[in-house]
Amino acid sequence: MAYPENYKYTREHEWIEVAGNVGTVGITDYAQTSLGDIVFVDAPKVGTKVQKGSVFGSVESVKAVSDLYSPVTGTVTGVNEELHASPEKINTDAHSSWIIKVELSNPSELDALLSAIDYEKFIAEETGK
Amino acid sequence: MTSTTNAFVGTPGKVTAHLTQNEPLSFEKSSPGKKGYKLARLDVPEIDAAALLGASARKDEPALPELSEIEIIRHFTRLSTWNYAIDLGMYPLGSCTMKYNPRVNEFVSRLEGIAEAHPYQPEPLSRGAMVIIKLLKDCLMEITGMDAITLQPAAGAHGEFTGMLMTRAYHQSKGNPRKTVIIPDSAHGTNPATAASCGYQVINLKSNAQGGVDVAALVQIVNEDTAAMMLTNPSTIGVFENEIHKIADVLHDKGALLYMDGANMNALVGKTRPGDFGVDVMHLNLHKTFSTPHGGGGPGSGPVACKKFLEPFLPTPFVMLGEDGLLHWSSDRPQTVGRVRMFYGNFGMFVRALAYILANGPDGLRQTTEDAVLNANYIRKKLEDVYELPYTTPSMHEVVFSDKRQVKNGVKTGDIAKRLIDYGFHPYTTSFPLIVPGALMIEPTESESREELDLFVDAMRQIAREVEQNPQVVITAPHATRISRLDETGAARKPVLRWKGPPEDAVEVDTAAKEW
Amino acid sequence: MRYLPKSDAERAAMLQEIGASSIDDLFTAIPEEYRLTRDLKVPRQMGESEIIDYFKSAAEKNAKAYVSFLGAGAYRHYRPVIIDSLVQRGEFLTSYTPYQAEITQGTLQAIFEFQTMICELTGMDIANASMYDGSTGAAEAVMMAVRITGRDGVLVARTVHPEYREVMHTYAQHQGHDAREAAYGQDGRVDLAALEQSVTDETACVLVQSPNFFGVIEDIPAIAEIAHKKGALLIVSIAEAVSLGIVRAPVEADIVSMEAQSFGVALSYGGPYCGVLAAKEKYLRQMPGRLVGETKDTEGRRGFVLTLSTREQHIRREKATSNICTNQALVALMTTIFLTVYGKEGIRELAMQNLAKAKYAADKLGAHGKLLFAQTPRFHEFVLQTDEPPKRLNARLMENKIIGGLDLQKWYPELGNATLWCTTELTTKEQIDAAAGMVAEISVASAAR
Repeated sequence: MAYPENYKYTREHEWIEVAGNVGTVGITDYAQTSLGDIVFVDAPKVGTKVQKGSVFGSVESVKAVSDLYSPVTGTVTGVNEELHASPEKINTDAHSSWIIKVELSNPSELDALLSAIDYEKFIAEETGK
Repeated sequence: MTSTTNAFVGTPGKVTAHLTQNEPLSFEKSSPGKKGYKLARLDVPEIDAAALLGASARKDEPALPELSEIEIIRHFTRLSTWNYAIDLGMYPLGSCTMKYNPRVNEFVSRLEGIAEAHPYQPEPLSRGAMVIIKLLKDCLMEITGMDAITLQPAAGAHGEFTGMLMTRAYHQSKGNPRKTVIIPDSAHGTNPATAASCGYQVINLKSNAQGGVDVAALVQIVNEDTAAMMLTNPSTIGVFENEIHKIADVLHDKGALLYMDGANMNALVGKTRPGDFGVDVMHLNLHKTFSTPHGGGGPGSGPVACKKFLEPFLPTPFVMLGEDGLLHWSSDRPQTVGRVRMFYGNFGMFVRALAYILANGPDGLRQTTEDAVLNANYIRKKLEDVYELPYTTPSMHEVVFSDKRQVKNGVKTGDIAKRLIDYGFHPYTTSFPLIVPGALMIEPTESESREELDLFVDAMRQIAREVEQNPQVVITAPHATRISRLDETGAARKPVLRWKGPPEDAVEVDTAAKEW
Repeated sequence: MRYLPKSDAERAAMLQEIGASSIDDLFTAIPEEYRLTRDLKVPRQMGESEIIDYFKSAAEKNAKAYVSFLGAGAYRHYRPVIIDSLVQRGEFLTSYTPYQAEITQGTLQAIFEFQTMICELTGMDIANASMYDGSTGAAEAVMMAVRITGRDGVLVARTVHPEYREVMHTYAQHQGHDAREAAYGQDGRVDLAALEQSVTDETACVLVQSPNFFGVIEDIPAIAEIAHKKGALLIVSIAEAVSLGIVRAPVEADIVSMEAQSFGVALSYGGPYCGVLAAKEKYLRQMPGRLVGETKDTEGRRGFVLTLSTREQHIRREKATSNICTNQALVALMTTIFLTVYGKEGIRELAMQNLAKAKYAADKLGAHGKLLFAQTPRFHEFVLQTDEPPKRLNARLMENKIIGGLDLQKWYPELGNATLWCTTELTTKEQIDAAAGMVAEISVASAAR
């Protein structure tokens, strides 16, 4: 799986794509494979404040729930309403199915996130390959 | 189904395919005017409901089915034939204790004076019920080695809730409710759910290499903020915590309590008592250890037993022997946590549990435990060469294997479990406890004869061979059921939780052979 | 022991196969100081006939051949015999929770029918597969409302069953709710003006019971309006399910918590009964308890399955909507059979008979006492005020093998000498006349003093 190079990644398997001061957040292909068929996405409302490293929502499959951890601190400016009716979009294309958009309050936080190469290395270690 | 010419497909010894009747939803068989009831003649004047009730009168008609009695008997009888049950064969489900549900229990719970007793009947007319309650309480206290008990909670989780409330009330009475509850990562999901519902933060304790409590790690994390530890003993991998008194001491040293989840009491009754090895408060599952029927998911009953110092916090009301030598209901417990449900508890289950205890006596209870442990160890011995044992510690009444040897063929515990259905058994517990990846958790109980155990062992061994030689047949199981694997994803994405009738303008299909 | 399918020879053979010299070898994990070396002090092993004799003699010590006018949350209705014939089938009685759908379609389809019928009766969109009982169901409904609204104010009507309120109080202890009582008025209903004052922007829910503890039917639309105006949810608790045959469904409610014991469940001295939660569709993910959903198998055949399990404890653990695991499945099956037997027409006719008996009884008894809340619509229970204190009244009735109305002194002392009477389709005209006659005697006797 090719992980988009212009994205940044977390060890909790979220990705973030930044344009200007706005970050678009989703979960990685590795995450969706581990979860299995996704049945529900619990996302926050526009205007909610999120904190780097804190839970902002969750993703459910039939047999499991996974918390979503925010890669950055900021305010939610957009929520992907499509996922409400079609959560399976994340399974089909995790890297295009964004969950929230966040206005960053501290862009320097991005420096601590993983690059595509580092993230691929990280999951290789996790899966013991 | 088979892709290689030598692919092995086993021959189940326990089951043969047989026709089962189809049956639609009751609403789909309904026709206006069919009746399954006839009320007694009304002996008082008729009333005009609309006049009496005014705006509160019902104007719509709820779409309940209209069927004759024979259709109703056939409906539910046919449905019943689609179920597996203890009466048909073994359930190897771990920590569920699927033992025989004695029929005399059903008989005595239906005796008129018992079945028709109203909870608010005056005490002089309820002494029979109170006698049953008192005797059951005495027996359960003796069995657990505890000083006091409540029968009020409706199920195990409800008992855990009650026990945690009592824990909190106890600490509060000492001036500090405390903040955390320690729970091993092998625990049943109800444990952390309960702790959280009582306002405690859950601290997960990683199990040690033997799957038991890591006492050194425990010492590190217990402090004055710890309200209690919730422990299952034997653990969910079927192993007795032989450092149990150290565990109790570590907690008691810091003023914390030891709560025991009594789900695995079937390994202990008559051989040892939690009250003797340091437990302060615990719940029992009458629908596990004490033979009350599972009934498709309930009802249960979850009595909570405790040491003397916690008695003041037990729920009210309670049955006590008065100075007049008679039994009475009392609410004289100023520090009670209160009521956890209306009335007195699942009394019908008390009757059944007591009948079970009386049928066994002290010797029967002990023999039951010994047979339960013997059966689990027999299975362990007969399968340990084909399935991986993640822990070599001795098993008590349940044994946990893992799918490690089968995973390399692409087969997981869930698949093996589904294939077991084709061999005529209910699956064992899959994917629990969480500390064993790919777990096969097996608890046969004492109710299984050697014949049934051998059939189970045979099935599991044949499946292991199928995994080696024909993994597809396992991965795509079950094959012999009237319904195959169901789309659970679809059920969760677009939930359909009730029947809705055909649209008003649907064309009536004029044939008996409708497509359901 | 007759439940154990092994001979001593088989035990010995199995031990040998395991490589154990005796059964004690399998218990060495228990530290020696904790091993029991004596028999448990429980009664000796009994034969089946002895067990039956024991319980028969206990049953004799309970009321036998008494006429009862008790209700108050547990109702004596006729139970069609096919209920027990069917639920005692081993495939229902001894089956496990339907986690393995391929071999439990019987249980699952029956629950799906149950969920459907509860929705039809209550006017809600979704219903779960049962809670322990009406009292814990009410407590769970309150927690559900708090989760949904994010508010912590809770208003509970004083006309809700006192023991339900005690349970809600116990549950609320650690939830940080601000729980208050809503008073009732002269008509026996929730005082709407006082309620309006109490509902604020911090109120998560208003919980009322209808018919309420006095038997009186609440004005649900009016209460709903007051609650919804401030964004609070309305929870309606129903203790007498048969009322739904003739009383309008509380369609304005957001959540309905019902006790379904009246639908064919034996009184059994207080349990097991059958709680159930029903709600509007939008609250689905906050609903505790099991849910059965319809789906298809790999061949396209219709089937049923437990669904939305991610709300539950076995997955969410500490974040679950509730810690509930075991529910009241077999009891819910009894209610499903009951409702199928009575059906659309029968449930109405049954409710009608209950209403008729109560009207007759209220008129007869009311002639010798004061019928409280007389002008307010009620179902099959009513409150009677007498000159005679209830203790004496009921003692006299008991001598004539009649259990009179429930003494309300403990919970509603402001009502003075008041008793709560219930009649169902099983109460006969003779029994009502006899009771009324006794009450008349007593009131004449006390008037003569």
